[in-house]
Amino acid sequence: MTDLSGIRFGYGFGPRHAPVTRRDLLAPLAGTDRAAESFPGPNSLQTLRLGKDLRAANRKLRDGDTGAQEHYDAARTALRVAAADGLRAAYARILEGQSPLRERLTWFWADHFTAAPTNLVTRAAATAYVDEAIRPHVAGRFADMLKAVTRHPMMLVYLDQAASVGPDSRVARRTGRGLNENLARELLELHTLGVEGGYSQADVRQAAELLTGLSVHPERGFIFRPNAAQPGAETVLGQSYGSGQRGRLEDIDRFLEDLAAKPQTARHIASKLATHFVADDPPAALVSGLEATFRDSDGDLAAVTEVLVTHPDSTKPPLRKVKTPMDYIASTLVAFGITGAEMRDLSARQLRRLIVRPMTAMAQPFMRPPGPDGWPEAAAHWITPQGLATRISWATAVAARLQDRVDDPRTFLDETLGVHAGADVRFAVSAAETRAEGIALVLASAEFNRR
Amino acid sequence: MATPRISRRGLLTGLGSLGCSAAAYPMMTGVSLASAPWDGRFVVIILRGAMDGLDVVRPVGDPDFGQLRADFGETAHDLDGFFSLHDGLRELMPLWRSGELAFAHAVSTPYRDGRSHFDGQDILEAGTLAGTQAETARDGWLNRLLQVTPGIEAETGFAIGRENLRILMGEAPVANWSPETRFGLGASAEQLLARIYRTDPLFREAAEEAVALSRSVDAIGDAGQAVRGRPEHLIAEFAADRMRRDTRIVSFSLSGWDTHRNQAGAMPNLLGRLSDTILTLKAGLGDVWSKTAVLAMTEFGRTARQNGSRGTDHGTGGAMLLAGGALRGQRVHGRWPGLSDADLLDRRDLMPTGDVRAYAGWVMRAMFGVDRSVIEQAVFPGLDLGDDPGILL
Repeated sequence: MTDLSGIRFGYGFGPRHAPVTRRDLLAPLAGTDRAAESFPGPNSLQTLRLGKDLRAANRKLRDGDTGAQEHYDAARTALRVAAADGLRAAYARILEGQSPLRERLTWFWADHFTAAPTNLVTRAAATAYVDEAIRPHVAGRFADMLKAVTRHPMMLVYLDQAASVGPDSRVARRTGRGLNENLARELLELHTLGVEGGYSQADVRQAAELLTGLSVHPERGFIFRPNAAQPGAETVLGQSYGSGQRGRLEDIDRFLEDLAAKPQTARHIASKLATHFVADDPPAALVSGLEATFRDSDGDLAAVTEVLVTHPDSTKPPLRKVKTPMDYIASTLVAFGITGAEMRDLSARQLRRLIVRPMTAMAQPFMRPPGPDGWPEAAAHWITPQGLATRISWATAVAARLQDRVDDPRTFLDETLGVHAGADVRFAVSAAETRAEGIALVLASAEFNRR
Repeated sequence: MATPRISRRGLLTGLGSLGCSAAAYPMMTGVSLASAPWDGRFVVIILRGAMDGLDVVRPVGDPDFGQLRADFGETAHDLDGFFSLHDGLRELMPLWRSGELAFAHAVSTPYRDGRSHFDGQDILEAGTLAGTQAETARDGWLNRLLQVTPGIEAETGFAIGRENLRILMGEAPVANWSPETRFGLGASAEQLLARIYRTDPLFREAAEEAVALSRSVDAIGDAGQAVRGRPEHLIAEFAADRMRRDTRIVSFSLSGWDTHRNQAGAMPNLLGRLSDTILTLKAGLGDVWSKTAVLAMTEFGRTARQNGSRGTDHGTGGAMLLAGGALRGQRVHGRWPGLSDADLLDRRDLMPTGDVRAYAGWVMRAMFGVDRSVIEQAVFPGLDLGDDPGILL
């Protein structure tokens, strides 16, 4: 347990999450994704169709067809169920403990490529986006993830690409609609080059014209609409893409491959990984090690992850990061030994009480960060008076509820924190008046909140 | 939300502070240690769900009004011969008569393209132009006001409630507390918290501040009672308490205004909560009320015509409520666009003739002396403030 990798790169320790070495963490990444197979979530075509049903029923209702109420209610219920299933699956996969690192990487990249739901339909599709565009690529090529993300309906809707048409396209001439730069800007600023990446407003504009044609079909999901694409060539960062009258998806893919290969992208991703996993102000040697591997391996994320987990600067104490609310709740459930099956079988009401409301109260409503730049990293962002108080009160409530799973708070402390527990928390747990309070103090401690 | 950094309490309180008596906390005696940048108090209440301005401030003098809203009740209180106030706000009529209540009508944010609550609230709180990413800031306009103000303290701006209140999010530090927060631990375990955090400054300071805030809520008095009743009552009491100390800008939200069905049944309760919130603020602020301006604003208005289920759907133009002793009240601001089919936006919505941001901007101008150019460039980039509506005394 002296190896802190299971805390820093996983969800800490518990009955199903034995202390592991760095190599133990890395090994499952090469194998099949058993957790996703065991706990499937909704897929985005399903949710798109439900969204279509909902809109159709809504139109009929507005036209005075009261018979449509049943269809309307059924679609809403199905969307709610899908959203809850996605959340249950997300936690179940973590709790099952097959590959804690794969789960951590998945949520890191989901945050890097934030596509937040804004209504009932996208709420149901949010985890499907992660399953379809992010998760298959966390140990693959960055460029493949970038391409998958940039054509996923969730992203195309969230950053308004589905509404963007080339100013000189046939669709624009017919409808009067125009260009939306949102995805192009975030693609450069957040997803690849970074804000200091040396691109200009002209590059953003050209990239936006190049991306036109990426769109969403209400039933089939992603489609490329040549009629909405801006005709002619676009030049981004000095490189020309496309030339003919019809826009082509291949040109967009080539552009995304080029972006993934830029040295600025390697630097940006290296810095974000180190900041997320190791320290808000990460060691320079770690960042440059990650950057070099990203660059030299053509963005091979398995190689980059291996450096992240095994670099000398990644394996040293102290634990300086703070768990996000999602991970704080997950690692608490890990500590109690809650199983994936138990999570999968939670009722909607239990799910709300155990996960949904606590996440919101701790200021991280599930998958709904305030903007496309995702959740803040700084420890001080989360450990505010309100943030910490909410963690303490949740720890108290969950300790009272689950205390029967724990024999002795002192053993619980040893099993969850071991050598990483300081003398003060060790004293406090032994001095607590009740078993539940002893457990709550472990979960409330700075040691348990940090990683 | 940026972190509140309260170093003075870190210095004043020692290791056992979590178990100490209230006397250890200067803030709890009401003594203000810090000097705030301004003396005025500014409260922004976000009414989530889209409040129906046409129902709250009813243009009964408009010949087209009556046939649009047949089922929303007759009882209302005359304001100025043209507008009448919904009965749900009757307890605010004394404020109207004393010039401490006003409204702005036919107002909206720049949001036009869609009718999503989420997008509408985002634009309301970001205070930027809709649609174009270049102008869509990721911070909120109250935070940008703090960013351009020298000498702000951690508690100058205070976001109340458990939500991520975007209007106050950004680079400037702001405080955040939800007054119904309880630790749920016994007294001795609460003391042990101080012990477990003593070697980690981030956790230690946050915990000390959290205990102090929670005690200050207990000290308000009927906190327990309010927790069981309407949460916004406790929020308003807490807001007033903070503003009697170092806080100058407060924001929180009241939700539930999305009245698609049976609006006449829902509005009395909603307006009762709003009215109680304002009266609780006034009572809690005491003499500070005379320096206070409260703005209650919503993401968009609702359709001019009632729908088939005796409610209203998402619209555009709406109304905004202004209250406070600093107000030159007893007036309904704005240019009335009319309600005939041709006057409506898309023959559907009340046509906006004013921007909610301009009213907020003029409050900042009058209350805090913020330069017009700073408001039009930094706080609300691209906004034309227009003529001074003379909101404050």
